[in-house]
Amino acid sequence: MFKKDITPAPKQKLKSSVQRSLRQALLTTYPLMTPYIDEILPKKSSLESMKLPDRNTLYVLDNVPLFYQQDTGEVMPHLRLVHRFPQAFPTIRIDRGAIRFVLSGATLMAPGLTSKGGRLPVEGAAPKLEEGKELDQKVDEDGRWSRELEKGEPVVIMAEGKEEACAVGVLVAGTAEVKAKGKGPVVEDAHFLGDGLWNLGTE
Amino acid sequence: MADSEQPEISSEPQSRHVTYCGVCTLPPEYCEYGGTVKKCQDWLQENHPALYGRIWSPEALEAATAALSVDAQKRAARDAQKKTAKAEAAEAKQADKLAKSVITIKRIERNKKKFVTAVIGLEAFGLELKKVAKDLGKKFATGSSVTKVPSGGEEIVVQGDVSDELHDFLLEKYKDIPEDNIELVDDKKKKKATSG
Ligand SMILES: [Zn+2]
Repeated sequence: MFKKDITPAPKQKLKSSVQRSLRQALLTTYPLMTPYIDEILPKKSSLESMKLPDRNTLYVLDNVPLFYQQDTGEVMPHLRLVHRFPQAFPTIRIDRGAIRFVLSGATLMAPGLTSKGGRLPVEGAAPKLEEGKELDQKVDEDGRWSRELEKGEPVVIMAEGKEEACAVGVLVAGTAEVKAKGKGPVVEDAHFLGDGLWNLGTE
Repeated sequence: MADSEQPEISSEPQSRHVTYCGVCTLPPEYCEYGGTVKKCQDWLQENHPALYGRIWSPEALEAATAALSVDAQKRAARDAQKKTAKAEAAEAKQADKLAKSVITIKRIERNKKKFVTAVIGLEAFGLELKKVAKDLGKKFATGSSVTKVPSGGEEIVVQGDVSDELHDFLLEKYKDIPEDNIELVDDKKKKKATSG
């Protein structure tokens, strides 16, 4: 998504009504963000937006990048936000061999997740998010999420042997399907460490 | 009544603070994937010795290679070499470009005894002209703005003759600019007026 360097554009202050609806969208997409939302996006803060290439928008608060969004698609967390609040986002994990490919902007393929070093949700996990259980989902000690993640869901990509996330993106295949098939693309066009968005100056 | 006016007592901030590499900007555990590994290591060892010990310990390195097949290790090593070469080439190119970049401070006589000072070429040093113009305006308490030049680029025009002060200010504030790369020019009003 952001393989090339991005030139900073002017920032614009968001209307408070827009900021409120964005906050609501965030809580719907990322229920686990609920305990942190007031810290991430204080009620009286004034959020700014910056236009990025390919119809993307970056949301910035006090010069700190928080989220990006393409058109009216899912609002995605910037990796710096993921690093600050890792508990707020569902994760999968790639094996060590896949790291350098993901960090060069390649599509994440199933074998990087089904291998010994990869992690997909636990066996026998609930096939999807059950209503009323939004706050129960979590990662276990082994690095496996407690429910299957569906096609179209935003996901944070962790890496074998690393503490911090290396990418975020939208699943183009559900995790149950990835387990069953063991091949094919899983996340395309991710935002990854060292990409144009990561390097973009937001001061 | 007073109670309801009290600000909410917020709990402890939950935000984690992650250390990022001062060289390549990634979390240091990912420095190995960039082209500046050696520099990254030096920086980490100097600034965060404990973290350095954890990430680059022999045990950690062994665990890292054990997870990859011999072939994959070879490919990764080749890849790393290419990246290093690329980063070094880019750095050399940038250094070369900077060495050749000249900033011109030009004193221009607008009317009799009325001067403006133009600064040309700052962008080559990665400076944002708008911001510098603002700083200069504040520093010299005068008008300062970015204007387009016919050749297509932009320059900063400061009201008044502040050539010498500007020269010193640039050197002091932006350590990347070598003194030899700043030239002072006096653009005298031509004796013969071209118009009329
Ligand atoms: Zn580094």
